[in-house]
Amino acid sequence: MTAATRSGQRLGAIARQRELGLLVILVVLGAAVTLRAPQFLTIANLSQVSVLASVTAVAALGEALVILTRNVDLSVEATIGIVAYVVAVTLESHTFSAPVAILFGIGLGLLLGIVNGVLVAFLRVPSIVATLGTLSVFRGIDYFIAGSHQVPLAGLPEGFTDPARSDVFGVPVFVLVTVILVAIGTVILRSTRFGRQVYAVGSNPEAAAILGIPSRRVVFTAFAACGALAGLAGVMWVMEFGTINGTAATGAVLAIVAAAVVGGVNIFGGSGTLAGAALGALFLGFVANALPLIGLSQFYLQAIYGAVILAAVAADALILRRLQRSRTRRSGR
Amino acid sequence: MTGASPGPVGAAPLRAELRGISKRFGATQALSDVSLDLVAGEIHALVGENGAGKSTLVKILAGVHQPDSGTILLDGAPVQVGGPAEARALGIAVVHQEPRLFPDLTVAENVFIGHAPAGRLGSIDWGATRRAAEALFAELDVQFDVNAPVRGLSMADQQLIEIAKSLSVEARVLILDEPTASLSAHEVERLFAIVRRLRQRGASILFVSHRLDEVFALCDRATVFRDGRHVVTLPTSQLTTADLVRHMVGRAVSLFPKVETPIGDVLLEVDGLSRVGAFRDVSFTVRSGEIVGFAGLVGAGRTEVARVLFGIDRRDAGEIRLGGAPVAFTSPSAALTAGVAYVPEDRHQDGLVLDFTIAQNVTLPILPRLFPRLLVRAATERAVAIDETRAFQVRMTGVGQLVGALSGGNQQKVVLAKWLASRPRVLILDEPTRGIDIGAKVEVHRIVSELAASGLGIVLISSDLPEVLAMSDRIVVMHEGRITAEIPRARATEERVMYAATGSADGGDGTMAADR
Amino acid sequence: MTAVTTSATPRFGWTRSLARWETLLVVALLGLIVLGNALSPFFLTAGNFANLIAALMEVAIMALPMTLIVIAGEIDLSVESAAGLASALLGFLWMSHVPLPIAILIVLAVGALGGLLNGLLIARGGLPSLVVTLGTLALFRGLALIVLGPIGVSDFPEAFTAVGFGHVPGTVIPWPFVIFLVLAVVLAVVLHRTWIGRHIYAIGKNSGAARYSGVRVARVKVGLFMLSGLIAALAGIILTSRLSSARADAAQGMTLTVVTVVLLGGVNIFGGSGSIPGVVLAVIAVAVMQNALRLASVTVEVQSIALGLLLILSVVIPTSAHRAKSAIERVRGGRPPPPDSVPRGEQRIPSVEEEPS
Repeated sequence: MTAATRSGQRLGAIARQRELGLLVILVVLGAAVTLRAPQFLTIANLSQVSVLASVTAVAALGEALVILTRNVDLSVEATIGIVAYVVAVTLESHTFSAPVAILFGIGLGLLLGIVNGVLVAFLRVPSIVATLGTLSVFRGIDYFIAGSHQVPLAGLPEGFTDPARSDVFGVPVFVLVTVILVAIGTVILRSTRFGRQVYAVGSNPEAAAILGIPSRRVVFTAFAACGALAGLAGVMWVMEFGTINGTAATGAVLAIVAAAVVGGVNIFGGSGTLAGAALGALFLGFVANALPLIGLSQFYLQAIYGAVILAAVAADALILRRLQRSRTRRSGR
Repeated sequence: MTGASPGPVGAAPLRAELRGISKRFGATQALSDVSLDLVAGEIHALVGENGAGKSTLVKILAGVHQPDSGTILLDGAPVQVGGPAEARALGIAVVHQEPRLFPDLTVAENVFIGHAPAGRLGSIDWGATRRAAEALFAELDVQFDVNAPVRGLSMADQQLIEIAKSLSVEARVLILDEPTASLSAHEVERLFAIVRRLRQRGASILFVSHRLDEVFALCDRATVFRDGRHVVTLPTSQLTTADLVRHMVGRAVSLFPKVETPIGDVLLEVDGLSRVGAFRDVSFTVRSGEIVGFAGLVGAGRTEVARVLFGIDRRDAGEIRLGGAPVAFTSPSAALTAGVAYVPEDRHQDGLVLDFTIAQNVTLPILPRLFPRLLVRAATERAVAIDETRAFQVRMTGVGQLVGALSGGNQQKVVLAKWLASRPRVLILDEPTRGIDIGAKVEVHRIVSELAASGLGIVLISSDLPEVLAMSDRIVVMHEGRITAEIPRARATEERVMYAATGSADGGDGTMAADR
Repeated sequence: MTAVTTSATPRFGWTRSLARWETLLVVALLGLIVLGNALSPFFLTAGNFANLIAALMEVAIMALPMTLIVIAGEIDLSVESAAGLASALLGFLWMSHVPLPIAILIVLAVGALGGLLNGLLIARGGLPSLVVTLGTLALFRGLALIVLGPIGVSDFPEAFTAVGFGHVPGTVIPWPFVIFLVLAVVLAVVLHRTWIGRHIYAIGKNSGAARYSGVRVARVKVGLFMLSGLIAALAGIILTSRLSSARADAAQGMTLTVVTVVLLGGVNIFGGSGSIPGVVLAVIAVAVMQNALRLASVTVEVQSIALGLLLILSVVIPTSAHRAKSAIERVRGGRPPPPDSVPRGEQRIPSVEEEPS
């Protein structure tokens, strides 16, 4: 192999270690915060953090899938919100039993994801515009249905919010769910034809088209799956917060996108892992939790999300550019 | 039909036959009644100038285009190559100059993309994929970390992956399209060793290339195309370089209107110009009234030099002097102001805004000059456009016509008019007559000649040999980023230029080292 | 043969299809007015007109530089947060007893600086504007929260709030509308009558050819983003004045409306075409629609359904129409279908040309 190849592959290896790096950062961050505020490192606090982060993480898994195909879904927060409210209300009015309500919620999310999928994959609307529009429509429907009504905790069936507070052998249920989803998703992405097509479409859409990969179907499925996962996140939202009105999950999209981007999902598509997105959500959860503990107001969170997104995009572009340059030493026309 | 020619002695089976293939694009006949056959276990060269029809033939084999007439037979059976997927299914694999790989996927995955070995439950068996990829590379006798992502690999390595890809689908016919354009000498050797190994396995390889020394080093037979027609097919043992060159270019040189112009002062001096990865130590001068032709093959680096001169790319070493004063343009706008204009090769992508009118295109570079008080006056714009295009005799319904509606030749005239409107001192033309018909070509040449006569210094980058020979006062020949020859008009012949362009040794004074 | 007579030069920047779009808008507008009138007898009164317009003016003002940015092939999602930051900063400075005129100048400067950040990352860093402005959307909002926190500042002087809330003496025309009109006229002149505007269209239609033709692409883009940031800050100040309240969460959700208005105004999301008059018409149409909905007792939150649908339709309809048209052309036997994306390196053959015989 040539020298250029060797250095290029080294950089590739570095990029692959993103997840490992993130874990290291998490540990370091955790240690640093604990030094300042020992209450960070308690089981209770860590449980709290990871449970909260799990809700974001589940949605971030779906978002990561969409980003892998070189698109973006800005409407996830509205999907979460609408599913959360609808599930809460159907439980409150005893229309559905708990298991049915959960399935219904996921199904509703899937439906909303399909709307996005049709717009982007088949009607060729750029994903930014399409999901900006559906964000508005879904949120509007949410407000319309909800009005000023708020479902109180007492309106939910007995024990519905338990999964958010219980654990299995010390591991919170939500975290377990997240881990299982990551595992299943990773297997799909790594070992199935569809999974590889997701990466191919995001990595080089032109070559994918030429090689006969069904790009539109792949993109559609990604959006549908993202919707379903957002639906699940909506259900988890109800379990976590108990009290739901029409404004649930407002503003969550930035955290979700930031989680994926921090977790190593390249905004230009084609690379990144679900595990990374989950770790990214955990990282942001750590940061959000740590802020008050070290005396900074919660208001720094938005700014941090923004800075994180900018830094990740810039870093990804830099890596791409450096690798491109080492490759085209003699690109000759 | 001059297509039939003796293959290698012996009963080697015919792997592929193309008979009577013709293809027309609009007004251009890209291929007329060409024939070609490939025998199992041979490396067959396809040579010809730019525009001879080599690429069209490759595209037809690859299923990108359909021939207007003619038949294709694979292993004796007639086939229809309806599209790229069908071509692959039929066992025709093409390795392009620009690899089409997925940068984020691993080497092994790219090799087996779409047909990776399946494991339990239909999932992909990565272990088997990895081993199969390693086996393929072992056969090719190269080392590869099959688990690494493709991103960051050199062009040469990516090409090898493409070759491995074709092996993985048991390709019957492997087409290498200008494979060595981006390779170093060492990488070329490695490629050749692999191709020879493939030949031993009985594969048929079509080697499309400009590099005649490589043709002789590697190939068993060579076919020459010229102007879309088959000229000759012979074993390379029965050919010399001179023969090939003669077959490639031998046609009556059309008359070009060149006005003899007194050559004046030096306008542009380039001294030791270098840009890493593009060209090295380029030095030349351009005088007022002079047309300096830049000849060379694809990838020689001529356009790269022009881009540096025009301020699009940065230089790494060397100096540029305009009218005696050193300059360093940081943007095309700076170059324009100083009096350098560059007509890019791809007029659709870089030369014109197709959605704008003729008037809008013509005035685009000079708008700030025309309207220093910001407000554009349509009447002025129209008048300027009419003025500037008058000399070019553009066939249009008016300067208000959209440029996208014009024919190629007329579009090129608008491009020239646009740049002339900026009153440059030095004009760099990059393949100015590519893709336009004969009539318009002659007119463009007339214009260029008149421009020189009016005192401009002109750099004419062209792969059209007759054009370069007829128009230039001096010909600078580049090869792989360096200048290999500078031939004055009196001593310029097609053979001399082709020799220098293909990197063959040059006696320094324009004579050929070998003249069999 | 010589060049023939000249035809009328089309008003530059306007294509035939755009003229059709604007006609559509005018028709839709008239339809909405009829609807509104049916809903309520007060609809066509001057007072209602004032209300109708005033609430949308911040969006309208931000839509103007956004138009130029989208025509140039980019987008700026951060405008709502820039406006929010402006409001928060204004409140903070006022609370810190900085004289209002100076505070306003500082706020405007910060807005321009924010735009500079966007511009540099996008034009010089080569990063995609979508993601960069998504990041600054969060960053600027975060900065607003850090500066002012959750509180609101409302003790602004009468003279200040009169601008946002009041009207030109003797008429019902709100001041913000005047500002919007002035800005619209200025930008319309720049876009449609100066060579800067021509450069912007060139960048949007073919930035490569523009660059080769001496257009300073990066410089123009940085300038556009700075303008957007500055105007967003202005919008934030006007909003603060109109509501008599400076808050860190001011202008939340406005980006969507701004983008909708711009796309509805006939500006192509992919760049290269659009006009200011079209966007002005769209502003009026959206204002009328919102007012009609309000009169029909539809809450503001639910109105976002209509807005979102509008946004989607304003892209789906032109795109689908265009694709239908080219599909029909192809079936009728015009040019051959384009081959799958063939890489540039292979273009050695003459391109498909229709040469006049």
